[in-house]
Amino acid sequence: MYRYSEFDKDFVNHRVRQFRQQVERRIDGSLTEDEFKPLRLMNGLYLQLHAYMLRVAIPYGTLSSRQMRQLAWIADRWDKGYGHFTTRQNIQYNWPKLRDVPDILDALADVEMHAIQTSGNCVRNITADHFAGAAADEILDPRPTAELLRQWSTDHPEFAYLPRKFKIAITGSPADRAVTKAHDIGLRLLRNEVGEIGYEVVVGGGLGRTPMIGKVIREFLPEQDLLPYVESILQVYNALGRRDNKYKARVKITVHEHGIDTIRNLVEERFKVQRKQFGGADQQMLCEIKAAFTEPNYINASTEAFNLTLSSDLTFRAFVETNLHPHKNPDYSIVTISLKAHGETPGDATSQQMRVVANLAEQFGHDELRVSHEQNLILPHVHKKDIPEVYFALRKVGLATANVGLVSDIIACPGMDYCSLATARSIPIAQQIATRMDELKLEHDIGPLKIKISGCINACGHHHVGHIGILGLDRAGVENYQITIGGDGTETARLGDRAGPGLSVDELIPALERVVDTYLQIRKDKSETFLETYLRIGMEPFKEALYPEGNRPTRRRHAAL
Amino acid sequence: MTTIVNDNGFSLDDWGPEILDWSSVDTSAIDPGVAIDVPNTLESEDLASILDQVALIRIPFPTHVDGRGFTLARRLRLLGYKGRLRAFGHILADQYAKARRCGFDEVEIHDELAKRQPESQWSLGDDWRRLDYQERLRHQWC
Repeated sequence: MYRYSEFDKDFVNHRVRQFRQQVERRIDGSLTEDEFKPLRLMNGLYLQLHAYMLRVAIPYGTLSSRQMRQLAWIADRWDKGYGHFTTRQNIQYNWPKLRDVPDILDALADVEMHAIQTSGNCVRNITADHFAGAAADEILDPRPTAELLRQWSTDHPEFAYLPRKFKIAITGSPADRAVTKAHDIGLRLLRNEVGEIGYEVVVGGGLGRTPMIGKVIREFLPEQDLLPYVESILQVYNALGRRDNKYKARVKITVHEHGIDTIRNLVEERFKVQRKQFGGADQQMLCEIKAAFTEPNYINASTEAFNLTLSSDLTFRAFVETNLHPHKNPDYSIVTISLKAHGETPGDATSQQMRVVANLAEQFGHDELRVSHEQNLILPHVHKKDIPEVYFALRKVGLATANVGLVSDIIACPGMDYCSLATARSIPIAQQIATRMDELKLEHDIGPLKIKISGCINACGHHHVGHIGILGLDRAGVENYQITIGGDGTETARLGDRAGPGLSVDELIPALERVVDTYLQIRKDKSETFLETYLRIGMEPFKEALYPEGNRPTRRRHAAL
Repeated sequence: MTTIVNDNGFSLDDWGPEILDWSSVDTSAIDPGVAIDVPNTLESEDLASILDQVALIRIPFPTHVDGRGFTLARRLRLLGYKGRLRAFGHILADQYAKARRCGFDEVEIHDELAKRQPESQWSLGDDWRRLDYQERLRHQWC
């Protein structure tokens, strides 16, 4: 893992002192509330529905056990004993006091962490494939690039006051687990025909009220050209992006309004100049960063214990089926720890759970952890012989739910329970769906099915790319849930299709149950996933399931009167 | 009234001659040593042919969250502009380092802001150069 250089340490410490002063200058009136706002946002501090919220970056989703323990300690010391892992590889504390925030930032700096640029109209936390450095299908580890981008984007003088926020994600595998095509810039590491390293660069993806799949702006960008090229994209965006309407300010709209070809030409034009600004210092840095991401010191041992437990314990077998992913070392597995226990808040972890996970990472996981945009935790390197022990330890603290990738592994935004933008609840909906699906005992039979829920049009819950997407809106003071079907956030990304009119909270769960039932009836066989069935047959049977008798819900209500 | 902020601290504007509005400038017949107010939406290339004749360029910051001026300043420096470059408007003490790093020499603020954010709050002298990731990743751009 990358460790902070003296420079990184000095920078982060200085930044905390600076923020401490900014808080004081807000209080003494040097800064107006309006002036203070972007400064606090760029240090991760939001004003939410009930209180301040502090969003802490977990750059490219990588954590050590020491860092995880510190997150647990912060949750106990300054919050309510838990944290919420988000869809952008951050952790949020929902109840900090403004006066405590500089102390929290100090505690983060002690373990080489920060909350810098987790909000504001700047380049946000760089996210990456959560199986980075471990997945069997990985071509190249995306984390060194992500760390280089972290350093480059941190406090960038030109790009701290952009038209709108700017998100970059990177993957190094053909299977896209980082939703790169729904980011402002998506990068895919690859090799060209002569074996040189480079990136496919996608620009203008994003969800929100105008969802767009990103477009390829450069098919192969040589590795050494990354920073000047990304800088050129941001220059074009900073100058051209709309500032008259915040809902039209993201780069996806800039690309949409000007066309990808115009944007590409402008970027290439800028790039000719920008390229001369980088004379190799960045590549030297990348080289040093790469050297920090070494492979773990693999254990050579028999995997017999794993096989024995697998044949003797049914619950362990269920866990293995869903929560394990192939590791590049065949004696190892990637273990996903579901933060989606049926009926619990998706993405929440208590301080006790965080400590258990930290201990397991230290004891059995080469001291490494990851957090995923799907709001789960990951032990990326576990020798198979140790997986039974890890499983039983997780089970004791309610962390062994065998549902990764299944219908109850739901992404949900905080919704009306916390967020001031929300128009409907999402957490209770996720809890109800998960509880019901658990009662039906069908989810292992249903197989891979991603439900994603957003409590407002801003789409933090990624509903557009859910196999089933749920968008909670407010219709004259009543919560109303719109359904999309067929979304996909992977390398075959597509936006879900609107099924029809929204449903009331009471209609929603039975309707989803009917959709799932329909899938089970019409799939070719168990190997055809929900998404595949939908793409083969289309909306019609699912529409009938959602709106039986061919009636729209509003008309049915009238009929009932 | 306005205050000029540069690395030496606060001062009054020492620029005597009139600053011309960009809309009144004829780029084919320009007087050497001229000062120009340009909009922050200007394409930097539009100034390319006259950059060696201009002595001062002033770029507006209508609000502290409008960062277009940072990119424009940097583009002008990359195109070879060597004259004085001034940011004018709503620039906070907290943004001075960014302005300097993008190539501005100085910042012009209204006296009300200068009163609220006195000289001691600005990272003047060499302070704005400290702890700059960009410095580590690239050659100097100016």
